Amino acid sequence: MIFTISLYLALGICVAGILFRTQRWVTLRIGPETDTLTVGARITAATGQTIRALVSRRVFKLIGIFITDVLLQLNILHQSFWRWIMHICLFYGMILLILMHALDDPLTRTFFPDYESTLNPFLWLRDLFGLMVLAGAGIAMIRRVAGHRLRQMTRAMDTFTLFFIGMVIVSGMMLEAVQIVSEPIFNEMVDEYLDEDDEEILAPLRAYWASQYGVVFENPVDTDDPAVLAEGYETHDEYCISCHSRPVSAFMSYPVARFIRPVARRFNRIRMDTWLWYIHFLSAFAALAWLPFGKFFHLIATPVNLLICGSRTTDTVSPAQLANRRALGLDACTHCGICSLHCKVAPIQLLIDNITILPSEKLAGFARHVRHRHGSEAEAALLAEGSFICTDCGRCTEVCPSGIDLKDIWQASKQDLRRQGFTEAHHWIMKKPAHEWAHLASERSVASGPSFKKTFPAIHLTDRPETFRGCIQCTICTTVCPVVEAADDPARELDLTPQQIMNLLRLQMADDALGARMVWNCVTCYMCQEHCPQGVRVADVLYELRNIAYRRFYPDTVHHLDSQSISHRPKEEAPEAAP
Amino acid sequence: MKYVYFPGCKIPAWLPAYDRATRGIFKALGIDLVDSEFNCCGYPVRHQHLEASLLSSARVLALADQIGAPLMTPCQCCYGNLRHAQYWLGENRVLRRRVNAILRKENLRWKPGIRVRHLLQVLKEDLGLAAVATAVVHPQKDIRVAAHYGCHALRPANIVGFDDPQAPTIFEDLIAVTGATAVDWPLRLNCCGAPLWEKNRVISTRLMQKKIEDADQAGADMICTACTYCQHQFDQVRLETLPHAPPIPAVLYPQLLGLALGIAPAGLGMNENRIQWTPTEGGTP
Repeated sequence: MIFTISLYLALGICVAGILFRTQRWVTLRIGPETDTLTVGARITAATGQTIRALVSRRVFKLIGIFITDVLLQLNILHQSFWRWIMHICLFYGMILLILMHALDDPLTRTFFPDYESTLNPFLWLRDLFGLMVLAGAGIAMIRRVAGHRLRQMTRAMDTFTLFFIGMVIVSGMMLEAVQIVSEPIFNEMVDEYLDEDDEEILAPLRAYWASQYGVVFENPVDTDDPAVLAEGYETHDEYCISCHSRPVSAFMSYPVARFIRPVARRFNRIRMDTWLWYIHFLSAFAALAWLPFGKFFHLIATPVNLLICGSRTTDTVSPAQLANRRALGLDACTHCGICSLHCKVAPIQLLIDNITILPSEKLAGFARHVRHRHGSEAEAALLAEGSFICTDCGRCTEVCPSGIDLKDIWQASKQDLRRQGFTEAHHWIMKKPAHEWAHLASERSVASGPSFKKTFPAIHLTDRPETFRGCIQCTICTTVCPVVEAADDPARELDLTPQQIMNLLRLQMADDALGARMVWNCVTCYMCQEHCPQGVRVADVLYELRNIAYRRFYPDTVHHLDSQSISHRPKEEAPEAAP
Repeated sequence: MKYVYFPGCKIPAWLPAYDRATRGIFKALGIDLVDSEFNCCGYPVRHQHLEASLLSSARVLALADQIGAPLMTPCQCCYGNLRHAQYWLGENRVLRRRVNAILRKENLRWKPGIRVRHLLQVLKEDLGLAAVATAVVHPQKDIRVAAHYGCHALRPANIVGFDDPQAPTIFEDLIAVTGATAVDWPLRLNCCGAPLWEKNRVISTRLMQKKIEDADQAGADMICTACTYCQHQFDQVRLETLPHAPPIPAVLYPQLLGLALGIAPAGLGMNENRIQWTPTEGGTP
């Protein structure tokens, strides 16, 4: 009763969840090109694409991709052998357990009329598949614990998924072990198949089952008499053998059964098998119900994505198809972390403490951002920072084993973030005049600003008098500056000239320069620094001013965020003296 | 001769022609390139966080050091940033300690001494003009070329050590080797405007336009670049923003040299240049 109700409940949730998530593939809007698309147009595009692929020669290509990328998972093998072993174990162990064991009545029995769960090869195979899953989960866990970078990326979802898998498999193995030693189950079977009360028949059978099948009986059974065992075997041969291979074939559960022998009688009395059965099927059904909402969903989304993106041909992709692909891409991510391990800007994350610099985390953050538009602004500001640090090198797209066109998603997501007001530093700085930033900076530096050396422990130029000591205000830096030359009216377009900035710094008025447009419009051509007769590092100083402004004002990127709300910004370290 | 090849972030994804042309001429000149997986040099993030930028470069240098050959990059912005990193890591003990403490977790270590070379330096200084000249089979006669130096390789000279910052000759020398004529143009050492492209398009475009007009007045048939960003600016960005500017195409130096070495234009990615250069007679291979 509970079994049936929970099964249908789980199935219902699973189907509804899958529908809910797949509808997002045609409703989520990512990128400006998708603004004007109707859901109808996107559904039409998706069905049209599917039909065209299935009735054209492309179907052979799809079959090829299905074999290499979905069945053999060579795309994972290209990345790492151990990763591939892990995933193959998890995938095939799980799939085969579902087909052979969970669906034994409708499926296995149809193809193998003699199927009994307690008969070989099924008995042995079930344990083999279980071992595969456990081995896969074990490798996954070790990889995530031992690999520093992967550990850093591992989220509750990844841990929870492994825990869920482990729970189903371990409860199943425990259940089988407890069933092996169970006297109550032995008695039930005797009642059902022998219908015999004669102790002269039953006692030898018990002895045989205690000796050969590991059943633990409440009253001690003598298993030493060969004659009694032979007698038991006769009954066994007549009634039991056709359905029961020796449990020693269950090479995972049988050792467990041996191990629990000392407490087996207690287990039998409290019907531990029933409890474990509940735990086993309820956890399996919970996993089924959870499938559409967690990491398991990649079981559906990733193959679909591989087939759609893998069949990418030279013909142009319509905006509707592009929109669908982007939305699907968010779901197809398995959070395997390969992109982040190869990401070219990943080292930056070691110093700028923003996990969304890493593509796997950026994708997860962006997925949250598009799904709940009300996500906190601090989170979005961090996401924008991570997004704009990306150099568009496309390495993540090359290595993604799920075939997600990440490069395209980044371009779209950056445009979306910009449209929502989360822009690059250059743009948000320009929104206020220099004096407002100066005012803000003066408030900050007294109240909460970290000390200069603490923010820049190694290289800091602007707070050191010797940086400007040589400056004689000769204006050569301004004269050679191509930006000053290109401006029609430097005072209006740039606020300050390079020489004026150097003067402010000499007067220890750096705050007044932080928001100056000259600082933010510097092309970093180093003309000023190269030509300075006094050797002042003008361009390096302008760089540093941008660094300082970025650190001080970052929280103001979005309206007026409380700087505390994104306090996990750049890592502060103990000050060290510069040489 | 052997170099660790560092194409940076942009070349593989956005300017594959530069990669193709570089590999083409190196093969023709018998120089080996060792490929490896690198991170970004850190140039783009320097506006936000100098130390993160230098750490990125330090990691690239440490990886190249493990391979054990000098590093060669065709990108002048990468070159500049890698050189800045070498300079600061050498000068600043605190930085060196902090960077190596991070790199140590990957069993890497920045050490002074690894040579960082730009493509042009490899050709002129390491291989030598004479060796390049002997390999030229199709001199690109009658072509007038405006050599665009690129800021980040040239300045600040005390850090990048590329050439004389006021009167460099490396690019003109290498153009002469191909048989072409390097024109004298006043703005040859100025910025192309690329660093401001995403930030202030008005100023970025003005800088680019001035240079193009200057090259045109000097009678150049092409602007020759040796940097990812400069080429992108003078080719794709120019086509989109200044359709009426003088139609001077931008050609990557290894493309020009490649033609002189007898490599087919397709093998140099010439067809990928957005503004096509149609060689006059005598210039074609």
